[in-house]
Amino acid sequence: MGAGHGHKLHFHGHSAVHRAPAHLKILALLAFMIVVVATPRGWYPLFGAYVVAIAAVIAVSRVPPGYILKRSVVEVPFLFFAVLLPFVATGPQTEVLGVTVSQHGLTAGVALLVKGTLGVLASLTLAATTEPQDVLAGLERLRLPAQLVQIMSFMVRYLDVVTGEMQRMRIARESRGFSARNPRHWPVLARSAGALFIRSYERGERVHLAMLSRGYTGKMPR
Amino acid sequence: MHVPDGFLDAPTSVATGAAAVACVGVSLVRARRELDDRTAPMAGLVAAFIFAVQMLNFPVASGTSGHLLGGALAAVLVGPWTAVLCTSVVFVVQCLLFADGGITALGTNIMLMGVTTVVVGWLVFRLLQAVLPKRLGVVPVAAGVGAFVSVPVAATMFVVMYAVGGTADIPLDHLATAMVGVHTLIGVGEGVITFLAVGAIIAVRPDLVHGARRVLASRELEIRPKAVA
Repeated sequence: MGAGHGHKLHFHGHSAVHRAPAHLKILALLAFMIVVVATPRGWYPLFGAYVVAIAAVIAVSRVPPGYILKRSVVEVPFLFFAVLLPFVATGPQTEVLGVTVSQHGLTAGVALLVKGTLGVLASLTLAATTEPQDVLAGLERLRLPAQLVQIMSFMVRYLDVVTGEMQRMRIARESRGFSARNPRHWPVLARSAGALFIRSYERGERVHLAMLSRGYTGKMPR
Repeated sequence: MHVPDGFLDAPTSVATGAAAVACVGVSLVRARRELDDRTAPMAGLVAAFIFAVQMLNFPVASGTSGHLLGGALAAVLVGPWTAVLCTSVVFVVQCLLFADGGITALGTNIMLMGVTTVVVGWLVFRLLQAVLPKRLGVVPVAAGVGAFVSVPVAATMFVVMYAVGGTADIPLDHLATAMVGVHTLIGVGEGVITFLAVGAIIAVRPDLVHGARRVLASRELEIRPKAVA
């Protein structure tokens, strides 16, 4: 279900939310979501307050609400699960619109829907208002091990290169009349994945040698 | 499929987060042995590769498609410690830059789809390698079986976590049957494609496959006499 990846979510802007330090934004997101997750289900006024809070932050950031909503499709698979819950959960039954459903499942499904949606909206707001390199700098300021941040920065830096390489391989396959329709076509796709690994790994080796020749000693220069 | 916020309760999320921090910490120390000072650029590029491979959709039947998790594949290709780092980094980036998977569920996602698939995939791979003959052709088979086993085990782990900190009282036996059943099918795809991909890489650059190093090291240089026509 990773089809939603591959495009940057960042929305260029200069609002107070954009300018806020990235490490504070990450901490705020984490704290907010822990509070949301810890809120008992059924406290609907409080969830309403959370929605208002996120809407206020989005309004201050001047990111168009449509921009955020369009990108919240990543949670669609879980909507199915939340909708399914009232029908599979046990416990006392209740009737909604003429359909008998589980009372517990219904409240749990609604809670899951609300919490999941709040999480996606809050994460999208962070992603839309923070440049990837600022997120990395923020993580470093939060004392994440330097090596982990370095790995992450290399990943972010080469993400478009590697996915671009994959896109070109796909276009090359399709321009030769290939389209994957059933499992008999797996060997072709698997060989593409293999070629992509070799290319990525060899690129990593070249990058490492280039860094060494520029005096890299295991630490990134400031 | 990433676990979103609110799926598991707060204490469970904090516990899985702490477990994930511990696993990544140990892997950071151990990965140096697999990659020495190349760790940062190599693991970064492999992480980008895993991210890209998760976008590669494989058709299953009648319009549905799936994609690799890539944990077992990464373990065989670059070694288990580096693989844990790479998959964890992928989940952090997906969470913070792509809003996929909740931030409170980050530890859960890393433990389930990163650590579990890597560890199970690697253990099964090593076990099979110890039992089966040491030939290069066996490596993709062992990798494929490891990948196949890793997916239902991760699904079982999810059911266990849900039993501890689930937010809805679904009958656990139903959940377990559904999760493990569906993920056994997904595991078949994961296993076959891992088998094919590792096979393709071994055919071209066997020296890049971490899991094939023992086999390559035990190979002796043989000088074959020229066939007389």
